Amino acid sequence: MQQLIYFFQKYKYFLFFLLLEFIAFALIINNNSFHKSKFVSSTNGITGGLLDTSSEISDYFNLETQNQVLVEENIRLKNLLEQLQVSSDSILETTIIDSTKYNQHFTNINAKITANQYHKANNFLTINRGTKHGITTEMAVINGKGIIGITENVGNGHSRIQSLLNRHSKINARFKNSNYFGTLEWDGKDYNTVQLKDIPRQAVSKIGDTIITGGMSTIFPEGILIGTIINIPEKHTASNTLDVKLFNDMSNLNQVYVVKNLHKKELQNLSNE
Amino acid sequence: MNKTIYISLLFIFLLFLQVFILNNILYLGYVNPYLYIAFVFLYPLRENRFPFLILSFLLGLFVDFFSNSGGVHAFSIVLIAYFRIYLIHSIFKKNTQDYQLFNLRLESFGNVFNYITILTILHHFILFTLINFSFQNFTHVILNTLLSSVFTLILFFLGNYIFSPKQQ
Repeated sequence: MQQLIYFFQKYKYFLFFLLLEFIAFALIINNNSFHKSKFVSSTNGITGGLLDTSSEISDYFNLETQNQVLVEENIRLKNLLEQLQVSSDSILETTIIDSTKYNQHFTNINAKITANQYHKANNFLTINRGTKHGITTEMAVINGKGIIGITENVGNGHSRIQSLLNRHSKINARFKNSNYFGTLEWDGKDYNTVQLKDIPRQAVSKIGDTIITGGMSTIFPEGILIGTIINIPEKHTASNTLDVKLFNDMSNLNQVYVVKNLHKKELQNLSNE
Repeated sequence: MNKTIYISLLFIFLLFLQVFILNNILYLGYVNPYLYIAFVFLYPLRENRFPFLILSFLLGLFVDFFSNSGGVHAFSIVLIAYFRIYLIHSIFKKNTQDYQLFNLRLESFGNVFNYITILTILHHFILFTLINFSFQNFTHVILNTLLSSVFTLILFFLGNYIFSPKQQ
């Protein structure tokens, strides 16, 4: 007993040091697993509020680029609307179901990014929306130019988003001009380039092809823009990886939409049966 | 100045400087200074090291809270906080009796430089290894460590020079 006390006396700092390191390491492990509530995250009231204030100030410095982004998005949506009007014109005989009214599939919640990361291997973003605005985990986060991530840890007024630039992110994506699909991942190197893996061998691709979301998950709607192919390997390998340059500049994000899938429960029930 | 007030002001100043200003620098997209470890260099030497270790841990944890990184900053700052005393013993040849009078400004620049550099590189290396959390992209970790260490060191010595009391 005496020796035990002596031991503790002698190594008290070292033991305390080990205890602190153990706590920190447990937090790191906790942070690296997806389906767990996180203790250390920026979604709580204090850090979320402070990050809000700080982003309110820094937002003034890129109002111009954000305006540009919104204008571009408006143009894209207007063009889509024109196309829709043309197609509905040419099939006048068939009844047009107002899908927005009767069979709405997705609804958007606007949000603002208050903290952004893109330089680590596992990046997270913080937005100023939480459970009280109807956010739940595993909802898609997009903006006018493309996909951004998935909500992962939801607090009362803020949520944490697992960025597309995260090694744990795996997103279903396909070519715009064919239905071959693959998995979108990030290798952690360049924040403008992500990797499209597991594309079938027979898929024909060339540099400059557009990649969009595949719509095979319950999270992302189909057809959200992602990026264009910039590099195709010369030889076919088992994983068949293509480099995709994102339309989004992940280092400069502000206004985003959180996409809520109204059919999520139904789709999950179907796949469980 | 009262030591307790000095320490708490230093704590809050370094925390806010890190999370609101330095975390947004990201020169070339990834080179970032981590100046909050100056807390470890500037904390006065004491016989009882428990408050120092706890405060270092808390500082790291708060930086983690703001940057969504689990416990990587807490882990790496506690590591250098623990090893600080052994470096002081070996580099500056100080004993327990000298703790009260120890001041970095009174030591020779070469020794101070070695001391700060070793701790900074150690901290950054552990930090980037934990952020990466795998053996892929290890060259990236080394590169990040070196570039960010240089950045942190320049900032620390500049700040030290600017805030130092005027030479008589």
